[in-house]
Amino acid sequence: MRWLIASSIIFVLLLSVIPLPFELREWRPEFVALLVVYWATYSPQHFGVFTAWVCGILLDIVCLNPLGQSALGLIVVAYISHLSYQRIRSYVLWQQSAWAFVLVGVYQLFSNWVSSLAGKNIETMDFLGATLLTSLLWPLVVVVLRKMKIRFRLL
Amino acid sequence: MGRYTNYLSPFRHYSNTIAVPFYWVSDIPERIGLWFDDTFESRYTLMEENKQLQQRVLLQEARLQKMAALANEANRLRGLMGSSQLLEDKVVVAELLGISPDPKVHKVVLNKGAQDGTYVGQAVLDAYGLVGQIVATTPYTSEVLFITDDSHAIPAQLIRNNVRTVVEGVGDLYQLRLRYVPSSMDIVVGDLLVSSGLGGRFPAGYPVATVSKINRDPGESFVRVYATPTAQLNRSRYLLLVFSAGVGEDVKVDISNDGNESLDDTIGSSSNRSALSGQE
Repeated sequence: MRWLIASSIIFVLLLSVIPLPFELREWRPEFVALLVVYWATYSPQHFGVFTAWVCGILLDIVCLNPLGQSALGLIVVAYISHLSYQRIRSYVLWQQSAWAFVLVGVYQLFSNWVSSLAGKNIETMDFLGATLLTSLLWPLVVVVLRKMKIRFRLL
Repeated sequence: MGRYTNYLSPFRHYSNTIAVPFYWVSDIPERIGLWFDDTFESRYTLMEENKQLQQRVLLQEARLQKMAALANEANRLRGLMGSSQLLEDKVVVAELLGISPDPKVHKVVLNKGAQDGTYVGQAVLDAYGLVGQIVATTPYTSEVLFITDDSHAIPAQLIRNNVRTVVEGVGDLYQLRLRYVPSSMDIVVGDLLVSSGLGGRFPAGYPVATVSKINRDPGESFVRVYATPTAQLNRSRYLLLVFSAGVGEDVKVDISNDGNESLDDTIGSSSNRSALSGQE
C-alpha cells in the first residue's frame, strides 16, 4: 500500500509541473490536494497528517513556492479528512466530490493566504475554476485507484 | 510586506535539485514534439529555410560591419570624455526546462546552473529584449524571474531622450508599468525603453519595452504609463544568459562623471533602490 501511495503522489507532483501556457496555468487542478484528501479518507491508517506535510513540502520544493505554503493547507485538509472519513466514505460519489470541492477550497484558502503574505495578492475568484475542475476529477481518482488496489490485491 | 530570513537558503539551493527530475520528465513530450518537427521535415522545406537563413545572415553581417565601426567610434568618444569603454558582454544560450506552476508568479527554470557559472542577479535576454534575472540557482538549473512579475522592477531609460524611469511588472505577461512618471516628462506612445544599467544589476542598452498607453489624469500626481515588453516572454524556448564584464565599474564612472545628471535625477536614484529592494 505504501508504494502505491508514494508512486501516486510522485505522479501527481509530475502532473502539477507539466508546462502549461501562461494563461492556462490558473486552470490547473490541485492534483496533490486531491490525492491527499483521497488517501486521508480511504486509507487513514497509512496516510496521516505528517505524510500530508511531507507531500506539501515536496510540492513547495517542486513548484518553487516558499517552503510550507501548500504544506500548511494540506495538513489542515488531512486533519479534516481524518475526522470525517467514516461518514464521507458512505456517501455516493457525486456527494463525495462536493465534499472534495469544500476541502480543496480550504486548502486553497490557506495556500493563498500564505502567498498573499509574500506579497502576491489575489484580486479575483478565478482560482475557484481550478477547485471545480479538481472536484470533478474526484470520481475518476476513486474509480482508478480502486481498480489499482484490486489489481495489486491490496483491497 | 513580509519579513524574511535567509536561514533556509543553503537548504533551498540543494533541495531544489529534487525539482529538476520532475521538470525534466514533464518536458519530455515537448522535446519529442520538437524532435519530430526536426526529423520529419521535407527536403524542400529545409532548402527553403536554409535559403532564408542565409539571406538573414548576410543582412545581419552587413549590419554588424556598420556596428563595429559605430562601436569603435563610441568607445573613442567615451575615451575622450574620460569614461570607461563599453565592454562587449559574453552570452551563453540556455534552454527552458519548466515554467512555475503558480499562476501568480512569472518564473521559469533554465537548464544552466551554478556549475555553468550562473549567479543570482544575472540578466537574461532573448532575441528581442530583456527577459528577467536569475533569482535562485541550483548546481544544474537556475530560476529566472521575468520582468513582468509583480515583484520585479528594472531601471530603464527612453532611448529617444535618455530620460530615466523605472519599469515594473504588474503580473501581466503583456504589460509593464512605469513608476513615478511626472506629468512634465517627455514621453509618447511608441517610445522604446532600454535598460539604463543603473543599480549595476542589468547591463545597459538592452531593449526592455515599448510604451503602449499613456493615461494623463490631472487628479493624480503621476502619469500612468504602460508599456509592452519587447521580449517574447511566452514563446522563447532558448534564452541568453549575459555574463556582463565590468558593468558595475562602468556605471560608477558614469554617475561620478556627469554630476548634474545624478543631481537632478532623483527619480532615477530612488528608483534604483526600489528596483533592488523589489527583488526580495
